[in-house]
Amino acid sequence: MTGLQGWLDQPGVTIVLVGALVGVAASLLGAFLVLRRESMLSDAISHSVLIGIVLAYLITGALDTPLHVVGAALAGLLTVWLTDVLVRSRRVKSDAAIGLVFPALFAVAVLLINVYARDVHLDTDAVLLGEIGFAWLDVVRVGPLEVARSLVTMLVITLVNLAFVVFLYKELKLATFDGMLATALGFRPGLVGYALLALVSVTAVGAFDAVGAILFVAFVIVPPTAAYLVTDRLWRMLVLGCVVAVGSSIGGYALAVAYDVSIGGAMASATGAFLLLALIVGKHGIVARALRRRAPRPPPVVHVPEAGGAP
Amino acid sequence: MEILALFGDFTVRTVAIGAALVGAVAGVLGSFALLRQQSLLGDTLSHAALPGICLGFLIAGSRRLEPILAGALVTGAAAALLVLLLTRTTRIKSDAALGVSLSLFFAFGTVLLTYVQRHAGAAQAGLDAFLFGQAAALVPRDLVVLAVVGGGSLLVVALGWKELKITTFDADFARSLGRPVVLIEFLLTVLIALAVVIGLQLVGVILMVALVIAPAAAARQWARRLEGMVVLAAVFGATSGVVGALVSASIRGLSTGPVIVLVASAIVVASLLLAPERGALWQLAHAFAQRRSLRAHRVLVDLYRLAQDHDDLDYASEQGMLDTYFGRRTGHVLRRLERRGLVSRAHHMPEEGTHWVLTVDGRQQARELIRPFGERDTTLDGATQ
Repeated sequence: MTGLQGWLDQPGVTIVLVGALVGVAASLLGAFLVLRRESMLSDAISHSVLIGIVLAYLITGALDTPLHVVGAALAGLLTVWLTDVLVRSRRVKSDAAIGLVFPALFAVAVLLINVYARDVHLDTDAVLLGEIGFAWLDVVRVGPLEVARSLVTMLVITLVNLAFVVFLYKELKLATFDGMLATALGFRPGLVGYALLALVSVTAVGAFDAVGAILFVAFVIVPPTAAYLVTDRLWRMLVLGCVVAVGSSIGGYALAVAYDVSIGGAMASATGAFLLLALIVGKHGIVARALRRRAPRPPPVVHVPEAGGAP
Repeated sequence: MEILALFGDFTVRTVAIGAALVGAVAGVLGSFALLRQQSLLGDTLSHAALPGICLGFLIAGSRRLEPILAGALVTGAAAALLVLLLTRTTRIKSDAALGVSLSLFFAFGTVLLTYVQRHAGAAQAGLDAFLFGQAAALVPRDLVVLAVVGGGSLLVVALGWKELKITTFDADFARSLGRPVVLIEFLLTVLIALAVVIGLQLVGVILMVALVIAPAAAARQWARRLEGMVVLAAVFGATSGVVGALVSASIRGLSTGPVIVLVASAIVVASLLLAPERGALWQLAHAFAQRRSLRAHRVLVDLYRLAQDHDDLDYASEQGMLDTYFGRRTGHVLRRLERRGLVSRAHHMPEEGTHWVLTVDGRQQARELIRPFGERDTTLDGATQ
């Protein structure tokens, strides 16, 4: 146990672990968002959960209570619901609806911070950029160990997301690829969609402390997109997305230390390197596509009816 | 707190003029983005400006506006190119491409921002004002830059109006006319990027997307033609800018961007509710009027049918009986019909309630109401026609 504790006491280990957990939790859900063509909802949610966090802070006066998770999940669902209402009113298209709802909610949140919460550490820079570098300072006791609070939070969220994806794998897959069939078979694809987005909101809250609002979006969208270029199987896409997320966390930390820059930003930027790699080596990447174009086409297969068959 | 008195203040006037300019340009170009269903491209463009802002600062070594805006334009255009590259050459869909581009450029921007903060000394003061916008940082010199860039883009829109219009509404048609559609689309993207870029100082990279979308979305509710929509969007954008800038200048500690965005959002909500024909309240009123006239028609036709069935043109129907028949009170409906001269009261028997008789006009209207349903009119009244 003391060996493990000594390991956890190194700031770098905690930071990399938190980053990797944010990445895994985000990209597990992100794979489905990317496939459902709802990637930009994660951007909207990551902005508007701020209002849930701020309101929870104004009510409780504390920065990490269960109410924050509830508030953020509600704020995320509110975003999705308002967007839905606007789209169904047929007055604006879905892309504009997203772009109308989240800036409004985010603006309210920023102004609330401006007015009521100027001196707490809930300042707007931290919201955007995250402070993963300080993750190891705030520790809680778990059994015999002293563990960073954000590490515990992210571990719980990651396990919940993992359980969601594993236990509802069939439902998620069906709702993602064929919502009509899912409805016809008696599943509730709409409900699955809302559950997915609620979890995205909760994960966004957990990620807030670590990487900030917008870098969270990088972890949601980029690893699954990179994986999408490499494989055609959903489970492989999920696994590869997690690998990319963990790799980005490690690589990003190393870069951030080397150049003394934002750790969260470096981790998110590192996902871009994996995307580039996927574009080069992936079977759906740019290189593979160019090669396929240059390769001579195979002769067309023609089925000739057997002689003596029916005319 | 006197908002009008603020206009006298030199700084405030500078800010108001700048905000009006930024809002108007964003409204005009946002209209095209909205109609082309590229609203979220504005989101990507504005987030992607962050690394450009830092690069512009690093290269110029000062907080002068021109290199910073140039940097923002370059990285914004690069982000738009990345979106195009991903969607055209791979199977990545446009939403994921926009998200990838947005988050990667912004991530790199935060890396650069921290690099500038930690390595370029105190001179960086104020770069993070570009996150949420800071009206106070606007100086008259900047106004010239905004006016040149903004005025220039509006001029380009005016000169290329016809091309932009057909490309926006029917790109295939434009192509069939031999117009350089790809070039026009590229031009439009650059113009939207310019509109985003000049707003960064006031509104900030996070929320600039709202100033591109909201005025255009609001204007769309009122206007049926592109010309009207663009002008109205410019007015809405300018109004949001000026009101937002003045409010944030008059209350200490408020970031300018969020206030401007909230004003623009309020205009959108008002437009969604109030706009003629498309507005929610308008439609509610319309539905109410329809229900009312339908009810009146039903009462009129039923009075006519009762008269038919009794072979008596002047048959007087008792109001209580009509109430029972319709399952609801009909008094107010009948009184409205009476005011229009379609029915009149008849006192059948003194001990009973009000009775109603169709007038000649009322019979005429009832016949017209049932005629489309092709029913033969078998009464004496019908035979006399």
